[in-house]
Amino acid sequence: MIRLALVDAGGANIGSVRYALERLNVEATLTSDAEAIRNADRVILPGVSTAATVMRRLRELDLIETLRALRQPLLGVCVGMQLLFEHSEEDDTPCLGILGGRVRRLQTAPGIRVPHMGWNRLQPRRDDPLLADFAEGEFAYFVHGYAAPVTAECVASTTHGVEFAAVVRRGNVMGAQFHPERSAAAGARLLRNFLSMEPA
Amino acid sequence: MLARRIIPCLDVRDGRVVKGVRFRDHVDMGDIVELALRYRDEGADELVFYDISATPQQRSVDRGWVERVSARIDIPFCVAGGIRDVETARAVLHAGADKISINSPALERPALISELAEAFGVQCVVVGIDSIREPDGEWRVRTHTGDPDRMRAPSVRTLDWVVEAQRLGAGEIVLNCMDSDGVRRGYDLGQLRVVRELCTVPLVASGGAGEPAHFEAVFREADVDGALAASVFHGGTIRIPELKRLLRARGVEVRSD
Repeated sequence: MIRLALVDAGGANIGSVRYALERLNVEATLTSDAEAIRNADRVILPGVSTAATVMRRLRELDLIETLRALRQPLLGVCVGMQLLFEHSEEDDTPCLGILGGRVRRLQTAPGIRVPHMGWNRLQPRRDDPLLADFAEGEFAYFVHGYAAPVTAECVASTTHGVEFAAVVRRGNVMGAQFHPERSAAAGARLLRNFLSMEPA
Repeated sequence: MLARRIIPCLDVRDGRVVKGVRFRDHVDMGDIVELALRYRDEGADELVFYDISATPQQRSVDRGWVERVSARIDIPFCVAGGIRDVETARAVLHAGADKISINSPALERPALISELAEAFGVQCVVVGIDSIREPDGEWRVRTHTGDPDRMRAPSVRTLDWVVEAQRLGAGEIVLNCMDSDGVRRGYDLGQLRVVRELCTVPLVASGGAGEPAHFEAVFREADVDGALAASVFHGGTIRIPELKRLLRARGVEVRSD
């Protein structure tokens, strides 16, 4: 049985992430305890909130160094993925800095509304086990106003005015800007891939 | 490209899905989870659960069914009705809702929008607006529309409120055009076009869907991000797979499975 830690950083989508895992027959431990997180086989960092709110909470819980030092597969979801980067423009927030790059606000333009809310297509940029069995242009559910840049770690991108990182990975550090727990079959597939992949 | 969303709205009263015409005469439409699963299977992009008994009765939304829905469906859903403080919103979001929608409480105390945006991010905060054309030709808001006997008219222009709600932190606007609601003659394209001009956040049209062509019209002519409907879906007048096929054939980007 895989030991999966779901980091309780006060994000509001914790319930739906846990249910999504239950639908895959995986029992996650909701925890803010550093020891439990360190001892897990897999760690998921969710977070619907603002970058500053979640970072403040992680600091209060003294989890910053724990998360930075993890060696097992880690998946950040939505704001949880943004926090993997160096900095977020949202309230000028220094983040975990596990991945290089700065998270910036999406800009409104004619026909481009912010927040980016709804189903958009994933554009694979390279083969990766995290996106095993994904077809070109599959839809995933997004809801966010800030986005991470397309860097060497970008596995799939999405375009809303600008192109941004939708799925990232460097070794055991992974992130999804979209919400796998609310992205129907494609979301379940990403979670299953994360749970079943061999650690790098 | 971002797909246009098809959003069935399930009005909830005492734990059951109901639907009325022009906000009156509610008829039982079935069990919440059963209907939610049916719509998910048919390709709905999102669901809205609107607890119409919550605001008039000064009750808060019952979290039991929010959890039941969240455990079973894997598409986003929004909960509306009776959310008037951060703690209630937090409870509903923790129960698994992806967004919360506020209407009457936001008009009574606009700071609520900012408090929710601050606590959860603007992307969680939907402001629902019930709008009606008054005899002087202005669109004005209505509150407490869940119960005709308690409905109020707080003398606020719809267009002013659309601007103010966004300034305070609304991440999405759902505009329910009461003149067209329930009569199935199409969305209020005129009003939606004007509101679209003022809306930099996503805009969802509500009220008036009667046939598939109405969806095509509202996406094309009012450029809304989503279209919400209730009775045409619940009653089976429009089936979502066929609706999406039609929209796709006409060049409107919609999600496929």
